[in-house]
Amino acid sequence: MTTGWTDKEMAVRVSKEFPDGCSVNLGIGLPTLIAGCIPEQVQVFIHSENGIIGMGPDPEPGKEDSDIVNAGKKPVTLVSGASIVHQADSFSFIRGGRLDFTVLGALQVSAQGDLANWRIPGGKGVGGVGGAMDLAVGARHVFAMMRQLDKSGKSKLVSRCRFPLTAPQCVTRIFTEMGVIECDSGEFVVHELAPGVSEQQMREAIDAPVRFKH
Amino acid sequence: MNKISDSAAAAVKDIKDGSVVLVAGFGDIGVPLELVHALADTGARNLTIVSNNAGTGEIGLSRLFRNRQVSHLIASFPSQAGADHFFAAYAAGGVTVELVPQGTLAERLRAGGSGVAGFFTPTGYATELADGKEVRVIDGRGYVYEKAIKGDVALIKAHIADIYGNLRYRLASRNFNPVMAMAAARTIAQAGRIVEPGEIHPDDVHTPSVFVNQLVEVSA
Repeated sequence: MTTGWTDKEMAVRVSKEFPDGCSVNLGIGLPTLIAGCIPEQVQVFIHSENGIIGMGPDPEPGKEDSDIVNAGKKPVTLVSGASIVHQADSFSFIRGGRLDFTVLGALQVSAQGDLANWRIPGGKGVGGVGGAMDLAVGARHVFAMMRQLDKSGKSKLVSRCRFPLTAPQCVTRIFTEMGVIECDSGEFVVHELAPGVSEQQMREAIDAPVRFKH
Repeated sequence: MNKISDSAAAAVKDIKDGSVVLVAGFGDIGVPLELVHALADTGARNLTIVSNNAGTGEIGLSRLFRNRQVSHLIASFPSQAGADHFFAAYAAGGVTVELVPQGTLAERLRAGGSGVAGFFTPTGYATELADGKEVRVIDGRGYVYEKAIKGDVALIKAHIADIYGNLRYRLASRNFNPVMAMAAARTIAQAGRIVEPGEIHPDDVHTPSVFVNQLVEVSA
């Protein structure tokens, strides 16, 4: 029986990667949990691509400001020392190589580090790409934070992405409920197993060559 | 010189069928709702709309889609929950969509407002959004050519304006407003308050008056 990390524990694990003074962009979905897990002694500037550098926690009920929202259009707050930029500057910050980390949700990650996270083929309508492609090519470190298996039990860590790519060879680290994994030219390299997860279980939950780093 | 219109309706009445209209905002934040609603009321048709999203519920761009006034949409994230009027117009086959990464959309507008024809960006390289576009490898990295976007009209939401058209935005409602204000032949701004020259300190002007053609006060 796999135990592994809860979503919250995954978020805490990712937050340990951030050095003091760095900048971080958190994607919609699971990665938003990370904002509440960053240790107090570490100062991190959270970027929201709609134009906030220095995003704070959720507002108290009744204290929402309709002009302060995150990339998911949800009310947030600003930390002391925050700044506001327009869209072109916000993405210059990303694409220009200044953003230290982005943590994105993923539909599939390949063993080459290709990321697919914006469209399911055959889905209805036109889809939406938002800022995902800019973040994937621009951030210094691109983390994928995801459940390792899809709803039908298939691995999302694959030899080749079947879903449309967000960007090729961009993911530098993967965090799932089962552990911490990197991509190394066609192989997934497992750096850490979550508590209660065996090497065998991890191997079975990856649909590509696997190596364990001891 | 008088840039001030009496109403949102008066400000948008000359927008012609077939115009390319830049509509600022991210979600419902920073959207010049009153100007968009006035545009919907004019009945102008066959519009090309450039905007990050496609409206939600019954407000903003939703009204233009509900009235089938939009024939082409250039956007980064149109498929937002609540964009029911856009979905219906799209399903009915009346609107074509060009999907653009958000940062590329912002940069294409900045180029449009800056006299730059286009640029090479790494965003979208080796993805289906680069299909049919010129690509180039520069210093070992792949890039996609993206063309500037220019509008016939931009609809802008400011927090405060002075009578000359100097604009200030409030917090995250700034989003696409400054780049769109620079990228259109005619820029129409609504402001929560219009003040006398000098009341906005020159250091505090976000969009200079020279980019703004028309103003209307819309009480916040």
